[in-house]
Amino acid sequence: MSEAKPAAAPSRGKMKAELSDHFKTYKDVWVFVEVERGQVHPVSWELMGEGRKLADKLGVELAGVVMGASGDGCDAAIATAYEYGADKVYTIQDPLLADYRNETYTKGMTELVNTYKPEILLLGATNLGRDLAGSVATTLKTGLTADCTALAIDDDRSLGATRPTFGGSLLCTIYTLNVRPQMATIRPRVMAMPDRQPGRSGGIVLHPLGMAEESVVTKILDFIPDAAKEDAHLAYADVVVAGGVGLGKPENFKLVKDLAAVLGAEYGGSRPLVQKGWIDASRQIGQTGKTIRPRLYIAAGISGAIQHRVGVEGADQILAINTDPNAPIFDFAHQGIVGDALTVLPALTEAFRRHLSRSQAAE
Amino acid sequence: MHIVVCIKQVPDSAQIRVHPVTNTIMRQGVPTIINPYDLYSLEEALRLRDQFNGKVTVLTMGPPMADQALRKALSIGADAAVLLSDRFFAGSDTLATSFALSSAIAKLSETDPVDMVFCGKQTIDGDTAQVGPGIAKRLELNQLTYVEKIRAVDLGARKITVERRAEGGVQVLTTALPCLVTMLEHTNTVRRGTMADMLRAARTEITVWNAAAAGIADIALCGLKGSPTVVKKVFAPQPRKEKAKMIEAAEGGDIASATVAALFAADGRLEETLFRQTGA
Amino acid sequence: MEKFDAIVVGAGPSGNSAAYVLAKAGLSVLQVERGETSGSKNVQGAILYATSLEKIIPDFREEAPLERHIVEQRLWMLDDRSHCGTHYRSDTFNEERPNRYTIVRAQFDKWFNSKVREAGALVVCETTVTELARDEKGKVVGIKTDRDDSVIHADVVILADGVNSLVGQRSGIRDEIKPEHAALAVKEMHFLPREVIEQRFNVKDNEGVVIEALGTVTMGLMGTAFLYTNGESLSVGIGCLVSDFRDSGTSPYVMLDKFKKHPSIAPLIEGSEVKEYAAHLIPEGGYKAIPKLHGDGWLIVGDSGQFVNSMHREGSNLAMETGRMAAETVVALKAEGKSMTEANLARYRKTLEDSFVMKDLKKYKNLPEILHENRQFVTTYPNLLSKAAETWFRVDGMPKLDKEKTIFRTFRSGRRLRGLIGDAVKIARAWR
Ligand SMILES: Cc1cc2nc3c(=O)[nH]c(=O)nc-3n(C[C@H](O)[C@H](O)[C@H](O)COP(=O)(O)OP(=O)(O)OC[C@H]3O[C@@H](n4cnc5c(N)ncnc54)[C@H](O)[C@@H]3O)c2cc1C
Ligand SMILES: Cc1cc2nc3c(=O)[nH]c(=O)nc-3n(C[C@H](O)[C@H](O)[C@H](O)COP(=O)(O)OP(=O)(O)OC[C@H]3O[C@@H](n4cnc5c(N)ncnc54)[C@H](O)[C@@H]3O)c2cc1C
Ligand SMILES: Nc1ncnc2c1ncn2[C@@H]1O[C@H](COP(=O)(O)O)[C@@H](O)[C@H]1O
Repeated sequence: MSEAKPAAAPSRGKMKAELSDHFKTYKDVWVFVEVERGQVHPVSWELMGEGRKLADKLGVELAGVVMGASGDGCDAAIATAYEYGADKVYTIQDPLLADYRNETYTKGMTELVNTYKPEILLLGATNLGRDLAGSVATTLKTGLTADCTALAIDDDRSLGATRPTFGGSLLCTIYTLNVRPQMATIRPRVMAMPDRQPGRSGGIVLHPLGMAEESVVTKILDFIPDAAKEDAHLAYADVVVAGGVGLGKPENFKLVKDLAAVLGAEYGGSRPLVQKGWIDASRQIGQTGKTIRPRLYIAAGISGAIQHRVGVEGADQILAINTDPNAPIFDFAHQGIVGDALTVLPALTEAFRRHLSRSQAAE
Repeated sequence: MHIVVCIKQVPDSAQIRVHPVTNTIMRQGVPTIINPYDLYSLEEALRLRDQFNGKVTVLTMGPPMADQALRKALSIGADAAVLLSDRFFAGSDTLATSFALSSAIAKLSETDPVDMVFCGKQTIDGDTAQVGPGIAKRLELNQLTYVEKIRAVDLGARKITVERRAEGGVQVLTTALPCLVTMLEHTNTVRRGTMADMLRAARTEITVWNAAAAGIADIALCGLKGSPTVVKKVFAPQPRKEKAKMIEAAEGGDIASATVAALFAADGRLEETLFRQTGA
Repeated sequence: MEKFDAIVVGAGPSGNSAAYVLAKAGLSVLQVERGETSGSKNVQGAILYATSLEKIIPDFREEAPLERHIVEQRLWMLDDRSHCGTHYRSDTFNEERPNRYTIVRAQFDKWFNSKVREAGALVVCETTVTELARDEKGKVVGIKTDRDDSVIHADVVILADGVNSLVGQRSGIRDEIKPEHAALAVKEMHFLPREVIEQRFNVKDNEGVVIEALGTVTMGLMGTAFLYTNGESLSVGIGCLVSDFRDSGTSPYVMLDKFKKHPSIAPLIEGSEVKEYAAHLIPEGGYKAIPKLHGDGWLIVGDSGQFVNSMHREGSNLAMETGRMAAETVVALKAEGKSMTEANLARYRKTLEDSFVMKDLKKYKNLPEILHENRQFVTTYPNLLSKAAETWFRVDGMPKLDKEKTIFRTFRSGRRLRGLIGDAVKIARAWR
């Protein structure tokens, strides 16, 4: 992590990467492709897009890492990895990797790194990615910058990983000096989804896991899939409507849901609403909730505290409705309505309903 | 049963201020709290302690004032507290932090073998969620992160079964002790100690260890020296140049229609998106 | 459950002083505080008077978190657009052991409380004392808290629980504070870089400035506004009697806003970042409002005993003095092997009467009523003064003799001659 200790920053700033000959042989940018239960987490493709830029800047190859039990899931993941920009895929396929387990995945990933020596390794900052990254980095004794929001290559070819700290009040750029690979985890929805190039293809390197089930201490007894959770799409929704404390009463949250329904949008809220029990924790947007990146974000009765802001800044367009013209949310929203959410929301719902049905009729 | 809970004292991030000129954190007057995620782990540890008649030691690495966080943890019910504090630890990143903490846990184990280590899911200042896995790896503890529920602990067979949050579902895992657990938030409610707990907490001496006392021989693995990452730049987020454009109702029109028009004007593909997702 | 020599309820300046002195003397002490830490419930930013603390911790300057020592005091009369007043600044205040400091209570109280712990007292926070426990004869024998039903026993309980003293009220020791005996003060912390503060107030190093203001900002209510310089922040606040707020329907926030927007204040706080808005009561009933201060097994100190000199804005020092005196009384009785009966504890009252605490409060005993009934001090006079000053300083060709006459005339029409003289007498009397 490297906590921001600004006082010490200047002296650190002078420190230069002094790579040993051994680490100088580390090359290429790797992206861990997170396959769970046959599904690839979209963050992996977001990272593939970002990894492509880094690899091009460095003039090296971009590789995906796919682990799992051999089968459709892995095959599809590998094919898609090429289409999102991978030049090459390293893959370990073994029945032991059917489900994620820290032991097996850490062993596989560390071995791949030690054998094929990437200079940069990116993972999604998901539960799985963070669980794995910490173990791998500790085993390799290398640096790991968690939860990044921006990546860049410096003049001296090192990776500058920028991440929010202190809940988004500050940003810091972190480097891994004398060790390779440079590892980073990146939050889902922070990087844009790249365009897919159908039919694009690349090389493949197969590697064995070399473990027996008896030697793995942790066993999976069961997997209980979430009952088709209604919130599953919040982070990836194109349109999100959210409410905050300004709604006044739990009953009023219906106004947010109504607008969301008319727009076919997802809904969410600020943290206090979760704490008050108005909405489920999975609907919280912000630093300790979901990061979203919709085309349109409508925030009603939300003040725009920094912890909320960091979760919504990636939205293409933000519309804020707030009674207070000085509310901080107007500092980063694109459009604003100074007004009472309790009257504006129903009016908007009605206006959109009219518009969408009229246009439909006209077609 | 001996359980160690790693807690961190953090600034209450809602109240953090950044110095407008120097871009440094102004700590003056900023209250500190126990990292909120750590409390779920502490509570879970206390429940196991109560069940098995064991002992909970809270451990933190930080400046001398971090003893306040330990005091707080004691008053919630922890039995013992260790503060790891040494100027050599300054500037530690996750790798160096997990090294120091794991050394201290190993030291604690010498007198009272540690069966479980609990960490918070992540901190609200560092926010990395890496220290827990780092400790687990160094001590070769079986790692159980993002746990929603501890189903059972069998001390005789030295086994633990938990429900762990994965993408799209819950994994039911079983592994052997010793292990490291990080609890997911909102999985339990932190208790309030009794008056007897409070008095005991107020009387408990906090053990303060420097690097040597924690059994750390190689200082080069600590602090700045032991941290492969360095912070090169700290800066405030760029304020957006323009403030929001305030929408006002057009002459004779209403604000809602004006808003719909403004949103569509700003994003030419929005209308199409809406049609697609409403199936219109 | 176990028994302590003394229990102190509250960890403000009075409670900390009492607990410190008791623990230093080797008594077993339990201090119970409602807030998360000592100071966490207290209004930020205040003035500390060194002497009272010096009597308890002589070398406090070496470690206490002090913001700035005060070298300049401004007293301003405000009308809506101007201020007129006095500044007193002296390099003498840059003495080796300065007399007054600005402090941020949250930090200061925390530090003070850490000394209490070091001295050996047991401190329990986040625990509210709900009532005093008594024996069959009505003697106070300990406390009950909101954590569980247990009684914690002690020979004596010192109530240092602040202006409302709910414990005192619930235990029938004290009445509820009257609206006309309490000021409601609201306060904000305005953060500014150190350099900006030093430039705006013309100070360097740790020098600080205090501004006290009265006038039309309080919108006809009896009260004062203030601005203190801390290290990297300004404490800005205003306070008026609760009864006045009640009768006028004005909100303290509106009033504070008015103060902040005043053309003499606005440039001083411009560009600052506001953090921490707090409201707190100040007991202003003075001498006549002081309740019974001791009984079988209990003593009252600080705000809980109404020890505030509102004329001189002294509160925390009286809190420390009374806390110390109460503790010293207990220590002495203990040493003499005497029990904590009402008769024995009367020694505390006697010590108080002999000290400046009671003498000062007695001196101003009529002030609250006089100010309460004579709004002209905050309405008419500031306007008159401002007009007078404006007339006097404007160079416009009017002969100076005429200017004097005009000023005199405005005063007379604003407040008839009898009124003027009456006011002077009233003030003089209150001062005596
Ligand atoms: C460690 C930590 C993590 C956090 N993580 C998150 C997080 O992930 N997500 C998050 O959201 N917060 C988070 N917070 C909380 C955050 O600091 C703010 O407290 C929170 O975002 C404020 O929620 P709000 O805007 O709904 O409420 P408020 O700040 O109370 O704002 C309410 C707003 O509604 C306006 N309003 C009032 N009435 C009306 C009306 N009738 N019509 C329209 N507007 C009205 C008001 O002007 C005001 O601006 C976190 C805090 C901490 C300490
Ligand atoms: C805005 C403002 C500005 C001021 N400025 C100054 C100034 O510049 N200089 C000055 O000398 N004085 C000033 N004062 C007055 C001064 O703050 C008080 O006189 C002083 O704090 C009194 O100390 P105390 O210990 O008696 O009470 P407090 O400081 O009020 O402490 C009481 C403590 O008891 C705790 N408590 C209360 N009830 C319970 C319970 N039931 N159980 C457990 N704990 C409890 C409270 O949490 C609190 O910590 C100011 C006051 C205000 C409101
Ligand atoms: N300095 C520290 N002292 C004790 N525990 C820590 C410290 N830093 C991190 N931790 C533990 O590691 C967890 C994850 O922290 P982080 O990796 O910083 O997000 C925290 O919730 C704590 O349990």
